[in-house]
Amino acid sequence: MLLEVEGLCVNYGHIEAIRDISFSVAEGEITTLIGANGAGKTTTLKTISGLRKVREGRIVFDGKDITNVPPFERVKLGISQSPEGRGIFPGMTVRENLDMGAYARRDRKTAAYREDFDRVYQLFPRLQERVSQTAGTLSGGEQQMLAMGRALMARPRLVLLDEPSMGLAPRLIQQIFSIIAEIKAQGTTVLLVEQNAAQALRRADQAHVLETGEIVRSGTGEELSGDEAVKAAYLGGDV
Amino acid sequence: MHALALNFDFLFSNFSQLTVTGLALGAVYAMVALGYTMVYGVLQLINFAHSEVFMYGTFATLWTVYFMGGTAHTSGFALARMFAVAMVVAMVVSALVALLLERVAYRPLLRRNSPQLMALISAIGASFVLSESMGLRDNITRWIGLNDNFSRYVSGARDTRGLPMDIQTHKLFPIGNYQVTNIDLIVICCALLMMLLLDQFVRRSRLGRGIRAVAQDPESAALMGVNSTRVVQLTFLLGGLMAGAAATLYMLRIGATRFDAGFILGVKAFTAAVMGGIGNLRGALVGGLVLGVAENWGSALVGTQWKDVVAFVLLVVILLFRPTGILGESLGKARV
Repeated sequence: MLLEVEGLCVNYGHIEAIRDISFSVAEGEITTLIGANGAGKTTTLKTISGLRKVREGRIVFDGKDITNVPPFERVKLGISQSPEGRGIFPGMTVRENLDMGAYARRDRKTAAYREDFDRVYQLFPRLQERVSQTAGTLSGGEQQMLAMGRALMARPRLVLLDEPSMGLAPRLIQQIFSIIAEIKAQGTTVLLVEQNAAQALRRADQAHVLETGEIVRSGTGEELSGDEAVKAAYLGGDV
Repeated sequence: MHALALNFDFLFSNFSQLTVTGLALGAVYAMVALGYTMVYGVLQLINFAHSEVFMYGTFATLWTVYFMGGTAHTSGFALARMFAVAMVVAMVVSALVALLLERVAYRPLLRRNSPQLMALISAIGASFVLSESMGLRDNITRWIGLNDNFSRYVSGARDTRGLPMDIQTHKLFPIGNYQVTNIDLIVICCALLMMLLLDQFVRRSRLGRGIRAVAQDPESAALMGVNSTRVVQLTFLLGGLMAGAAATLYMLRIGATRFDAGFILGVKAFTAAVMGGIGNLRGALVGGLVLGVAENWGSALVGTQWKDVVAFVLLVVILLFRPTGILGESLGKARV
């Protein structure tokens, strides 16, 4: 297992945001966490990235306990995140944002680095068209692409995607999900948090349903797509 | 009793002199303003102790000149060399004071996520400690038991201490009816050069991008692998270097300093930073120059004793019409 989360509890102030969550992410797969607003999905991702303090439990990445490793060190280990709300740097150009994605890398003068730019531009041709544009002036969809491209520039082993489809037009959502499949095909492990459960389950190898800070159901994407309770709660009764 | 009369004749007949010396003064304001603005950009915190970082730079300059054997007769190349060394020493000293400040007065609070108000109070406290330590340095050298030979140099407690020599100015070339001096030129060019270097560093280098990233979105910056503690240290370091260089330029023009010399200059520099748009590097430059020139023009119009009043009235007027300052936007949003 590339990532193992064991008995994780995280508080947000005095509120328990997540309670005793355990799951794992296998290398080369897409794992998804679905659930309603406030179920603790984003908190889980932020905790894996190190932005939230763990109250109990541990996080193991590639066999190494990273529970107390600071966030900027986790990037070097191979975890990068495209955060909720995109978190792009609005005052920087597209190019500078992508450069920021590679901030922790030591090989920024090599051919491998330039290849990674090409790879991101291949996945998101729009970014190449707008390379000198200030990121704050991009459309929502373009900002989402930039956030994902930036996360890939870290050359991560595991990329965490927080609600990549949020606020996007349906056509664009399709595009984003096929890009996620492409990221997996290129060998990067994906942990995907989504409210768009139908799409997420279709692409996911493994899936977990979060409700008020706890995992209430787990299975393959296919299994959960067919699960009556999941259908009723998250898929509008009909996939 | 005189009515407040506007002396336009004086302003117009000395216009070029007032403008050039105003620019030189403003350049010093701008360099100190950079320290306020950068720390604000990254921490959203006004580092009120930054004025003392500057003040330590003035003393570092003064003492370097003395230690290098400066006398009333030092001039020419020897003097230039002395000031070059003094500037390096002042930059190092100010940077160290700034880093100490970050370590002692801010980091413990930031680590506990204390409210901003706490950091502000801590800053004001640190400011008093730093300036009073300088004002009580005679007692301090006695307590530590430094020998007289050394303490002779640094004594003077709360008095104004001046350079041993009068800096000779040379007229270089005329602008209008004013002969620009070598000191005017050195101060303005030196300040602009340092600010250009800083601007390029923040724009182009990897660490500079790290600073901007933390200013624009600290959480995202952490996700990119930016160590925010290092970035905060770096901004204090850069602010300190600028304040130290400004201190040497200030000594070159003013020639004397005192334990509380940082206060009014710090307030002016802070004013310049707010006026230009706090958090905005180029805003600090514009704000500083505008403030320096406006102060000179204003005091020509209404009398030198109103100099500080002019500066703050200008601040209020600018903020009334442009609440975000002349260039507006913070380091966070601006395209720095």
